[in-house]
Amino acid sequence: MTKKSKNNGKAVAKMSNGSLTFQGWRRENGRVGVRNHVIILPLDDLSNAACEAVANNIKGTMALPHAYGRLQFGEDLELHFRTLIGTGANPNVAAVVVIGIEDQWTNRVVEGIKKTGKPVTGFGIEGHGDIATIAKASYVAKQYVQWASELQREECNISELWVSTKCGESDTTTGLASCPTVGNMYDKLIPHGIYGVFGETSEITGGEHLARARAINKKVGDKWYKVWKSYQDDVIEAHKTDDLSDSQPTKGNIAGGLSTIEEKALGNLEKIGRECQYIDVLEPAEAPRKGPGLYYMDTSSAAAECVTLMAAGGYAVHTFPTGQGNVIGNPIVPVIKISGNPKTIRTMGEHIDVDVSGILRRDLTIPQAGDALIDMIVRTANGRLTAAEALGHREFVMTKLYRSA
Amino acid sequence: MATPHLLVHDKKDTVGVVVIEGLKKGTDMLCVVTADNSSFKLKSKMDVPIGHKVALSDIKKGDTIWKYGQDVGIAKAKIGKGDHVHVHNIKTKRW
Repeated sequence: MTKKSKNNGKAVAKMSNGSLTFQGWRRENGRVGVRNHVIILPLDDLSNAACEAVANNIKGTMALPHAYGRLQFGEDLELHFRTLIGTGANPNVAAVVVIGIEDQWTNRVVEGIKKTGKPVTGFGIEGHGDIATIAKASYVAKQYVQWASELQREECNISELWVSTKCGESDTTTGLASCPTVGNMYDKLIPHGIYGVFGETSEITGGEHLARARAINKKVGDKWYKVWKSYQDDVIEAHKTDDLSDSQPTKGNIAGGLSTIEEKALGNLEKIGRECQYIDVLEPAEAPRKGPGLYYMDTSSAAAECVTLMAAGGYAVHTFPTGQGNVIGNPIVPVIKISGNPKTIRTMGEHIDVDVSGILRRDLTIPQAGDALIDMIVRTANGRLTAAEALGHREFVMTKLYRSA
Repeated sequence: MATPHLLVHDKKDTVGVVVIEGLKKGTDMLCVVTADNSSFKLKSKMDVPIGHKVALSDIKKGDTIWKYGQDVGIAKAKIGKGDHVHVHNIKTKRW
C-alpha cells in the first residue's frame, strides 16, 4: 500500500474520536463480533417450524429459516454445509442451537461450528417429533441466551473488524456517489489491517479487464479470471436469453438510468476504491485465510444470496450502496445502506443509513463521504441498529448451485 | 460551485448523467466532469429523468458509447447532442 493511503487513514483516525476503535464481543477463537445473537439454525427446510417455535418460546433468540437442505449432493451440498457452519461460526453469533430432520447431517453442522469454541448443540427430529424436540431445544436455547446476555463488550482496534460490500438496485448514482464512498472507505481502512470483500461475479461483466488488473499479482488475477470465465461459460452461455431476460441490468436498474451490463459493472467496481488490491479469490461462503486485506468472493449478484455468503465467510459488518432503494438486511450482520440518489432519500429515506446525495450537488466530496461511512461503520459496530435491523429485514438466503437429486 | 444538472465521469465520455429531479427540455445545463472538476454548458433537447443519460455530442449509429472513460455499449440509432440516451438507442455489445 502506498504511503499516501496510510496518511489518509491516519487523518480519518483523528476525525473519529481520536482513535479508530469500537466496542465488540471477543469470541472464544479470538474473532470479534459486533452483535451478540443466539441463533436457532435449521439444517433443512423441514426443521424451520421447530426452529421458529423455539425462537418464539425463548425471547432474545432468532430462528434462521431457509428453503433447502434435502437431497443435495456434491459441490452444492458442500456449499450448503459451508454456509450453515460459517453462519454459526460468525463472531456476531454468541451461541447456536441446530435442529435437523435427522442426526447425522445435523451433527456435521454442530461439529463445524464447535471448532470456534462457542456453545453449540444439535437436535434431530426423527424418532422424537417436533414437540419433544422443541422442548429439549428450548431448554438449551434459554441457557444460551441468558449466558450470552452477560457477555461484555470490550474495546477493539478497527483492524479487528471485517467489512464486506455488495451493492443493489443500482443506478447511475451508485457509480457516481455511493459505490465510490465504499471504495474510499476501503482505501482508508484496508491499510489499517481490516478484512474486506467484494463479489458479484456476473455483474463484473464489462469491467473484467479492470477487476483482473486489481489483483495483487498475476496468479491471483488469473485465478479471478478463471472464476469469472467459468460463470460466463457454464451459466450465461448455457442459459442466455436476449438481454438476460432483463436481469442484467434489472428493471430497477433500467428505471434508474443504467442501460448496459458494462455501465453497471463499472459503477459496481467503484466499490473497491482507487488503491486496494485483492489478495485472494474465495469460494462462496469460504473464510479468508491469507491475512488482512481485500478479498474477492465468487457470489451471485442477488443481494440476499451475496450478503448471506459473505456473512458465512465471517464478515461482521456489511456496507450496501443502493441507488433505486434496495431494502435488504441480514439476520446476523448489520447491513449499512448508503445512497446518493436524492429521489430515493426523499421517497424511502427510512431505509438509508448514510445519505451521500451531496456528492451529486458537489457540496460533499468523496473523501468526506468515505469519512461519514467510516463513522457510521464504527457507530454500527458499537451497537447502533441499522435501518434494515430496525425495520426487521432478516433475509437469509442459501445459494443453490443445481437441482437436488 | 453552483449545483450541476449533469455529471460526467471522464473527459473521454460521450454521455453524462442527469443529477437533478425534473430536468426540462431546453434547460441550459451546467455540466461538471468529476475527474478534473472542469465544467461546460449543454442544452437538453428533452425532459430527462434523474439518473438517465444525455449525449454530449452527436453520436452516429454503430458508434461506441463511452462512460467512466470505458466502452459501455454501442449506439443502435443516431443520437443527437443533448438527447436522452438509454435502452431505446444504445445496447451492450455482448448479448
